[in-house]
Amino acid sequence: MSAAAAVPSDNILELENVQTFYGSIEALKGISIEVKHGEVVTLIGANGAGKSTTLRSINGLNHPRRGRIRFQGRDITHASPHDIVERGIAQSPEGRRLFPRMTVLENLIMGTFQRKDRNNKKAVNEDLDRVYSLFPRLSERKQQKAGTLSGGEQQMVAIGRALMAHPKLLLLDEPSMGLAPIFVDRIFEIIREINSQGTPILLVEQNALMALDVASRGYVLETGRVALADDAKKLKENEDVKKTYLGVAD
Amino acid sequence: MPEIGKIVDEVRDPWYRRWAGFPGEWKRRYRGLDDRQRFQVGVVIRALVVIGLIFIGWPLALLVAVLFAVPYALAYVPKPWNRFNKFVIPTIVLVIAVTYPFVYSGAGVRLEGRTLNLLGAYPTLGTMVIMGVYAMMAVGLNIVVGYAGLLDLGYVAFYAMGSYTAAWFASIQFAHRNIHFGAVGVGPNTPGIHISIWILLLLAGIFTAIIGVLIGLPTLRLRGDYLAIVTLGFGEILPQVARNGDNLGGFNLTNGPNGITPIDPPGFGNLNFLTGSGTFWTTERLYFWGVLVLVIITVFCSLRLRDSRLGRAWIAIREDETAAAAMGIPLMRTKTWAYATGAFFGGVAGAYFASFKQATFPGDFSFNISAFILSMVILGGMGNVWGVVLGASFLAFLNQQGLADIGHSFNNTFGTSLDVPKYQFGIYGIIIVATMLLRPEGLIPSARRKAEFHEGVADTPLYDVQA
Repeated sequence: MSAAAAVPSDNILELENVQTFYGSIEALKGISIEVKHGEVVTLIGANGAGKSTTLRSINGLNHPRRGRIRFQGRDITHASPHDIVERGIAQSPEGRRLFPRMTVLENLIMGTFQRKDRNNKKAVNEDLDRVYSLFPRLSERKQQKAGTLSGGEQQMVAIGRALMAHPKLLLLDEPSMGLAPIFVDRIFEIIREINSQGTPILLVEQNALMALDVASRGYVLETGRVALADDAKKLKENEDVKKTYLGVAD
Repeated sequence: MPEIGKIVDEVRDPWYRRWAGFPGEWKRRYRGLDDRQRFQVGVVIRALVVIGLIFIGWPLALLVAVLFAVPYALAYVPKPWNRFNKFVIPTIVLVIAVTYPFVYSGAGVRLEGRTLNLLGAYPTLGTMVIMGVYAMMAVGLNIVVGYAGLLDLGYVAFYAMGSYTAAWFASIQFAHRNIHFGAVGVGPNTPGIHISIWILLLLAGIFTAIIGVLIGLPTLRLRGDYLAIVTLGFGEILPQVARNGDNLGGFNLTNGPNGITPIDPPGFGNLNFLTGSGTFWTTERLYFWGVLVLVIITVFCSLRLRDSRLGRAWIAIREDETAAAAMGIPLMRTKTWAYATGAFFGGVAGAYFASFKQATFPGDFSFNISAFILSMVILGGMGNVWGVVLGASFLAFLNQQGLADIGHSFNNTFGTSLDVPKYQFGIYGIIIVATMLLRPEGLIPSARRKAEFHEGVADTPLYDVQA
């Protein structure tokens, strides 16, 4: 712990007026977000609102041009992706992005790449067991090539792989995308379960209804800005949110 | 109007396209078979090949038949011995290789007092050395291309760097210095730097790896085609530097187009005290065994690297760069390591080659060589070390001696006077095109690569590496 950086706070992650660009296009026009210890926070919004870009700013794939990102009180605005993973932010990226020609087990093991105790067989096996108990189906398929799994199973691998990194904060990008309804329910159950074991989660979702159900707080993004920020329950009651994102007619 | 219909059909589906699709059609049918049927088809095809080879020469047919039979025989090895199976074929090949100098004579291979002559084409020991050198280079390139998936079209730069390192430190190039260390067979008063070639191999590897890092740092931020073009550029630049390096501000670094010669040959000391005769440890045999040891070390390192943490990171990057970054794999560092490791082996091979040839010339390092080594990797099977060694040995043999020998025996048989080596690049082209059509994953594919070719790769780069 460097003395200068440690700011006492109950926020594990703070984004302060973050502006991120793709070339000359301003994708995030100053976003401020907080994630507290132990909670699930969701970002909802339409396509192109900047949800995924926010995650990419956090995990270092697209560094913000202005603004600050702090993780556990320390500035990670310009840290490199592997550094950020090493500090404890793991993610299940958009579109799952498994290693298709590696087996399920190999994929899960890749999740431990930056862990300090990766050579400790016992620790790794404990985490494997934890992932298998969350997703029993994966233990049946551990020797199967990840590319041959169904969409729902691939999503399980992607989340499991992120969990293998022993994250202090989990980023989930569209975990329900392209899944059958039964899998969507299952995935959200799992999200709740992971969170109940103490891992804070930042969840990006298009399925606003489900997302607001599991989250304690939510942010509504519109064209690169935070349009609304509130408790998840209150957002669900909000008329605008209802109309635009929840598809509830009066 | 039937004619117009016919013409339209012909335009839509011209004869060459039908023919080009011909192997694909058979592959589709083959894929429709179940395991048992595939096994039967395999046996029939192999039997036909062996019968066909009998017409060329029974020893060749016998050899091929044995090679075909080994996998079938291995299937019946009892369970507890199964884990030794993967060592069986390498051991057989190794035994053949080590004993090759004893059975080889100028006319062919002698066994039980008889001379076997397959196709009139046995590699001489000199050819075997060159095959070994190319095998090392191909295994090195395979780390870059096969493991990490970075297309490098300028690998010859590393070969050149290795060769010149050997040339600088084991020749009379820097005649105003007089440094001797461990060189065998060099008089103490010979001018120039003369360091033992075995030390130089390591030194050349390290030098070349450093060059690899220097080239890699700016270029590895690029992806795919862009990377290939930039590496191509570096592959051209280094030999040009060598060509024009005879007057760098008055300093003669590379002796320009005349190259550096003579370079000290690999020294082995006097081993005849072991056997008491001068016929066992001939220099040719020693050069060959020397390169064989180097190839074994290279293959061993390459296999160990593949199974290491670094190797897994390489494969992850090849599979999906963005996902790899999300797992916390440092992209630049990992890619640079691939480059440096590949360069290291290229440098060692280059140094041994220069020492074996006792010369190095800038003209040796053309783009052809880069493409040739890449062809070896593709033909053998990207990512599979054994395949790459096989591909390299085969193509290097054809290039060095095989085409001439086969042409000679062809001309003798049919009374023609074709100059076969003249068509070498046409022949390599046909070999590569045939490989791509019939077996795009190479002769001995790696399991992963094979899957890749049969499923197709969905690679959508989402971002470019920054800082």
